[in-house]
Amino acid sequence: MLKTFPKGGIHPPENKLTAERPIVILPVPVQVTVPVSQHIGAPAVPVVEKGTPVKTGQIIAQAKGFVSANIHSPVSGKVNKIDTVVDTTGYKQTAVIIDVEGDEWLETIDRTDSLAKDVAMTREQIIERCQLCGLVGMGGATFPTHIKLTVPAGKKCDMLIINGVECEPYLTSDHRLMLEKGAEVLTGVSIIMKALGVDRAVIGIEANKPDAISNLTELAKDFKGITIQPLKVKYPQGGEKQLIKACTGREVPSGGLPLDVGVVVQNVGTSFAVYEAVQKNKPLIERVVTVTGKSVKNPGNFLVRIGTPVTALIEAAGGMPDDTGKVVNGGPMMGKALAMTDVPVTKGTSGIIMFPADASKRAEVLPCIRCGKCSSACAMGLEPWLISVLAQKGMYEKAEKERITDCMECGACAYTCPAKRPLLDYIRLGKATVIRMARERITK
Amino acid sequence: MNNLLNVSPSPHQQGAETTRKLMFGVVIALAPALAASVYFFGTGAIIVTLVSVLACVATEYLIQKFILKMKPSVSDGSAVVTGLLLAFNVPSNLPVYIIIIGAIVSIGVAKMTFGGLGNNPFNPALVGRVFLLISFPVQMTSWPVPTGFKTGYLDAVTGATPLGIMSEGIKNGETVAALMEKVPSHMQLFYGYMGGSMGEIAALALILGGLYMIYRKIITWHIPVTILLTVAIFTGILWVVDPTKYADPGFHLLTGGIMLGAIFMATDYVTSPMTAKGMVIYGIGIGVITVLIRTWGAYPEGVSFAILIMNAFVPLLNMYIKPKRFGKEVKHG
Repeated sequence: MLKTFPKGGIHPPENKLTAERPIVILPVPVQVTVPVSQHIGAPAVPVVEKGTPVKTGQIIAQAKGFVSANIHSPVSGKVNKIDTVVDTTGYKQTAVIIDVEGDEWLETIDRTDSLAKDVAMTREQIIERCQLCGLVGMGGATFPTHIKLTVPAGKKCDMLIINGVECEPYLTSDHRLMLEKGAEVLTGVSIIMKALGVDRAVIGIEANKPDAISNLTELAKDFKGITIQPLKVKYPQGGEKQLIKACTGREVPSGGLPLDVGVVVQNVGTSFAVYEAVQKNKPLIERVVTVTGKSVKNPGNFLVRIGTPVTALIEAAGGMPDDTGKVVNGGPMMGKALAMTDVPVTKGTSGIIMFPADASKRAEVLPCIRCGKCSSACAMGLEPWLISVLAQKGMYEKAEKERITDCMECGACAYTCPAKRPLLDYIRLGKATVIRMARERITK
Repeated sequence: MNNLLNVSPSPHQQGAETTRKLMFGVVIALAPALAASVYFFGTGAIIVTLVSVLACVATEYLIQKFILKMKPSVSDGSAVVTGLLLAFNVPSNLPVYIIIIGAIVSIGVAKMTFGGLGNNPFNPALVGRVFLLISFPVQMTSWPVPTGFKTGYLDAVTGATPLGIMSEGIKNGETVAALMEKVPSHMQLFYGYMGGSMGEIAALALILGGLYMIYRKIITWHIPVTILLTVAIFTGILWVVDPTKYADPGFHLLTGGIMLGAIFMATDYVTSPMTAKGMVIYGIGIGVITVLIRTWGAYPEGVSFAILIMNAFVPLLNMYIKPKRFGKEVKHG
């Protein structure tokens, strides 16, 4: 019996169309648009001006405060302007727009492909390097990595869990990294272990990636304290709390953090970025993005510079199919629909999915028949039918008691609902309102 | 690009299950029992079923179209299921006008007055059935004798149900052993060779339908299994205490409406609890009340009343029985 989390979960069609497609390096575009806020926390502050010449890897925006991340130039060239642009979330924000000239990297960056396995840095140096290189969680949440690696006083961490689950349908970028950059990923894991001061790490991978499991299991023999944990395929196993439960049996308390049960979770992509930052002194300026969709001509996994327009990725995948009705940034379960494709790739862009028009509209909403399928699907043990109605009716105090803030917005409830009710839409509304109310209570 | 992109919050894909598919899944699950009824009761079963389904669908359509002035939603299949279940709960020789009255009460009173699909507190088909039982006690308790397929309808030869024979006999002081001679054997009961409501007789066919619904994930095992287990244990205890006064659990499980009730009536989504724990409590309640009515009540059968009584507790069960949440709750500043 494969391990998994015990409560709830669904199994949507996997549609991993690009699992067999090796990572392709996308050519550097003629212009990049680099938003200053690609992470959770305060936006970075630009330190370049119009006309400033930049090299690849040079810092162009400085983190503002502790919860923030540095932004580096993903290309070499000249700053065209600093302007307000629409990003992948649909909101406007400041971005540094750079005209590309050649591809001249900072000399301090080691661009060789050779594997650097020995970790020379100390704990503090590793964390400092991650902060300097602007590392953030690559699974989608984009939380600054240096904060997660700093265990606060009074908390204990005895174990690192690496998220190689990639439970979202369609996406394969982590899968390809585990196959093609396995040793680098494992070195990154060792570095994170050192930073946290733990001697064991578990990499959770779902059983639908047997090649990644066997590749890493084989490679892990050369690394101390790293084990590979195959997991039963079940969405949302990539949820931090579900993954910890599946791998260790520990249950993060409501409103708590993984550290409350002595665990830190990092993503496979982040591990790779940590390797590159610490061993090669390379800041986070590129990432692997899955570009896919059922009618896409040439779906694939692309290594792209941050700031590359999504349109360039779509071109690389054979152009946007004529039947496209929706383009999603991220996975089909939790990703965000793009209003336009002329937006830049950011540190959190894991995939671009093009859905045909007939699959891009929601079905007709029927009355709730109280089948309870949403409650069975909820991995947090919530009652989506109830909290969505409470939110809809503005009964926020009740919704809070029903633990609406535990919802991680995985969408399993809305997916499973036979009446196609927009459960998560109302739960999101309720959750945001309850969080705001709770903040107001504290400030009073 | 000439087309605008659709933008909506996640999730961007929805599962294949729909209300209509679930409802027609129930219809498929009812098919074996319907076939058994036609086999045992002949054309009467067909007439009753058709009239009931048509009357239920028509009632819903007319109310939605002309009274509520909304887009009729009969295509969701819920009225078809109610119609089938109402038919299954009445004798196969029931006159057409009585069936239509039952359908109007089921859909018009028990379902639409509460706001239609999803909002009715009581199982519509059972409300219709109990209304008919009280209003037309003679017609509702003249049970055709199973004869193998025949073309009669209202002129069917009638007789008592096994439960009726048992209940009446025990009141008159006969022993269970003697009464067992007067009713069909357990094997015959299992196949459905007995008098009774049209769709309740064939335990085998009903169980097949139930297994299909569990396989299709339309229902879970919780409600039917707890009801049947509760009935078996309760009647089993009585039987062990005094086998001359109380029939054995096998007899209780195979007669009357317990199979139909446990598998199809009590599992109605709208009127049953939404958590597994709630379902188990609800199932135990139905089982206990059924045996109480059968053993000490005025009616020989009590499944319908038991389910309706427990329907009333469903909102309470939903309010107080919560799923186990993930993670302890901790107090925050």
